[in-house]
Amino acid sequence: MIGPGEVPRLPRGVRVQPDRVRGGWVLLAPERAVTLDAVGQAILAEVDGSRSFGEICARLAAAFGAPEAQIAEDAGGFLNALRERLFLEVSP
Amino acid sequence: MTRPPIAMLAELTHRCPLACPYCSNPLDLVRGAAEMGTEDWARIFREAADLGVLQLHLSGGEPAARRDLVDLVAAARAAGLYTNLITSGIGLTAARLAALDAAGLDHVQLSLQGTDAAMADAIGGLEGAFARKLEVARQIGEIGFPLTLNAVLHRRNLHQLPRAIEMALELGARRLEVATVQFHGWALRNRDALMPSREQAREAGQIVAEARARLRGRLVIDYVPADYHGDYPKRCMGGWGSTGLNVAPDGTVLPCHAAQTIPGLEFWSARAVPLARIWAENPAFNAYRGTEWMAEPCRSCERKTKDFGGCRCQAMALAGDAGATDPTCVKSPLHADLAARAEAHAAADAAFVFRPAPGRETAGQGA
Repeated sequence: MIGPGEVPRLPRGVRVQPDRVRGGWVLLAPERAVTLDAVGQAILAEVDGSRSFGEICARLAAAFGAPEAQIAEDAGGFLNALRERLFLEVSP
Repeated sequence: MTRPPIAMLAELTHRCPLACPYCSNPLDLVRGAAEMGTEDWARIFREAADLGVLQLHLSGGEPAARRDLVDLVAAARAAGLYTNLITSGIGLTAARLAALDAAGLDHVQLSLQGTDAAMADAIGGLEGAFARKLEVARQIGEIGFPLTLNAVLHRRNLHQLPRAIEMALELGARRLEVATVQFHGWALRNRDALMPSREQAREAGQIVAEARARLRGRLVIDYVPADYHGDYPKRCMGGWGSTGLNVAPDGTVLPCHAAQTIPGLEFWSARAVPLARIWAENPAFNAYRGTEWMAEPCRSCERKTKDFGGCRCQAMALAGDAGATDPTCVKSPLHADLAARAEAHAAADAAFVFRPAPGRETAGQGA
């Protein structure tokens, strides 16, 4: 699981862009295209390579008016799944 | 309305410095002089992006044989496509890789014919190719391109799979494709030389499963098993006319790279017809789209939307009917016969029939 002080970032070769034909957003990675739902897109919009996971959760909690612990669990699960597929890197 | 495709394979050229005995290009290669130019390709990339394509695979032949490769990458990125180069590495230099980097190339997929020079150079039919490839891999790592290693495996080199996994780690690859040779194109002629034994196929599956568990989070491994030894067919192309399309060097648009082996289908050219119209209206794309075309046992099969009856070209090659169940499926009446033939191919000790220098006779033309 990502720690609150760790900084997630998209590695080279992974990017998020609007899907101008189908609508919504898509994560593009080597030989993969993953359709993002609104929640996934909101989380990745906070991943800028400088914010820590703790900061990201605090910002999402404020934006969505949700408890930070709940956000941390949801966002952590989502980001960990991306990390396992090597679509996300985490630095201490 | 037809759902738009996600991926497009652009076969920029059929020219190639290698002569692999399992080459997936058609038996009748498009000659260099018939290849489309830069402007046609750039327009097709834009049409593809407008249609909904997200991923573009630049392939061949050897795409580095195109002198305008850097311009083509720039055009693809300008169209908003995620751009992947599928290459043997031969024809790439440090300067060219730097130019591809500047043009915005997203990802490189490097093929591996073997894990040492003796094997790789013998399979590719080009002395020095392995050493050259390792140098290119090192340069790819220096630039920082995300790298996928694509190890093409068959009876002669399946024992090198553990070393291929090590090499993927040493070269800093994020992904490894373990692709057992598929029997299309030139590979069909070499089944007696290439077919793995059932035991080899089983062992490869175990090695992949073990490596996936051990390297979780470090290396992603995609695995294409030996399908003559399997029970169910592959979900070929994610379903015909469903997620992807191919464009041949001369602009012919195909539902898959082997589709021209199916008689009676008429393919349209992206030189003459807009890509969106071909995708939606070309009868060749609609011939096996969805499940309506299916006969039994596919029609009533619970797996029919899982694997779409397997590969149409394989059904053509093995059953003589592109509308039949892929004989690699246990439910095909031809399956038992195919399994027996697979054993016979695997037991044969034939020499390779090499592609006679694919496109070399046209080198220097086109592009």
